[in-house]
Amino acid sequence: MRPTASELFIAFATISLSGFGGVLAWSRRLMVEEKRWLTPEQFNETYALCAFLPGGNILNFSVIFGSRLRGPLGGLAAIAGLIGPPMLLIMAIGAVYAHYGDLPALRRMLTGVASAAAGLLMATVAKMAQPLFRRGAVTGPAIALITFVAIGVMHWPLPLVLAVIVPASIGMAWVRR
Amino acid sequence: MKTDGGALVTLAGFFAVLSLFAIGGGNSAVPEMHRFSVDVQHWLTDRQFADTFALAQLTPGPNLIIVALIGYHVAGVAGALVAMLAMCGPTGVFAFFVGRASDRFKQSRWHVALSHGLVPVTVGLIASSALVVATTADAGLVTVAITLTTALVSYFVRVHPLWAFAAAALLGLVGLV
Repeated sequence: MRPTASELFIAFATISLSGFGGVLAWSRRLMVEEKRWLTPEQFNETYALCAFLPGGNILNFSVIFGSRLRGPLGGLAAIAGLIGPPMLLIMAIGAVYAHYGDLPALRRMLTGVASAAAGLLMATVAKMAQPLFRRGAVTGPAIALITFVAIGVMHWPLPLVLAVIVPASIGMAWVRR
Repeated sequence: MKTDGGALVTLAGFFAVLSLFAIGGGNSAVPEMHRFSVDVQHWLTDRQFADTFALAQLTPGPNLIIVALIGYHVAGVAGALVAMLAMCGPTGVFAFFVGRASDRFKQSRWHVALSHGLVPVTVGLIASSALVVATTADAGLVTVAITLTTALVSYFVRVHPLWAFAAAALLGLVGLV
């Protein structure tokens, strides 16, 4: 059954508010397993397309999925559902932080959470990097390392670094095949 | 804290351009957000940036919601709306048109080269984010230990991120951080 624009809004708002850093898992569960709006194959296909596009993957996903079902209005409803509720939430959090951010107890709690968040990101990137090191590959790890040194260590501007590394990396992937 | 129109224009320009370079989702753009808002514009201190990242991680929804919090810090509610619209608007429109055209290109050689070429760059960018967040968040043995423990535990055990955040916040609350 084809969802309406308001159903799309509610579905993406639900996904958004259920997902702590893991919106992808929730969107798959709702759209494939519960609502059956997409088959697993369709989901993977659409998500792979979104990973190529600039911008947030899941944001692009909402636009493409919503607009395929209900045109521009559907796309708008889906992305509004995805970012509207967390935006309200984070502005409330921002207001609290502006007033109480210097309280010692809150200060220390946030310091702890920030350190944990850094660790979580390390684990994620370690998992993502694994496929690069298979098949005795050299190019993939090298490109990842160069990007890491340029951006993470040298703090060079992102557009400049990408202007060099992206064409080089895609070019090598093209030749390799 | 600036709240004039100039800051809004700067926010809009920066995030609109950044969104086009944010391949692989919100977390890969974190180093550039840090470079611009801390080093170039002096909107935030290192500490505030680490807090902002932590608060965004604690908020359910897409990772890119950090953009709204940076905007809120710079220019209140208007800043949050302008920053988020700039980050999602251009790429959303782009995704809309690509979504319509994409079905024709799926198995083509350049599509595969693009995907294989972009993955290692994305891994390098997210590794950079982990380093930037860790170096802004960690000051002292306990925070470094929290980062490394979280990294190891979430790499080897399938555990919900909120547990790691709760544990770290508790350590902060009792004054160990």
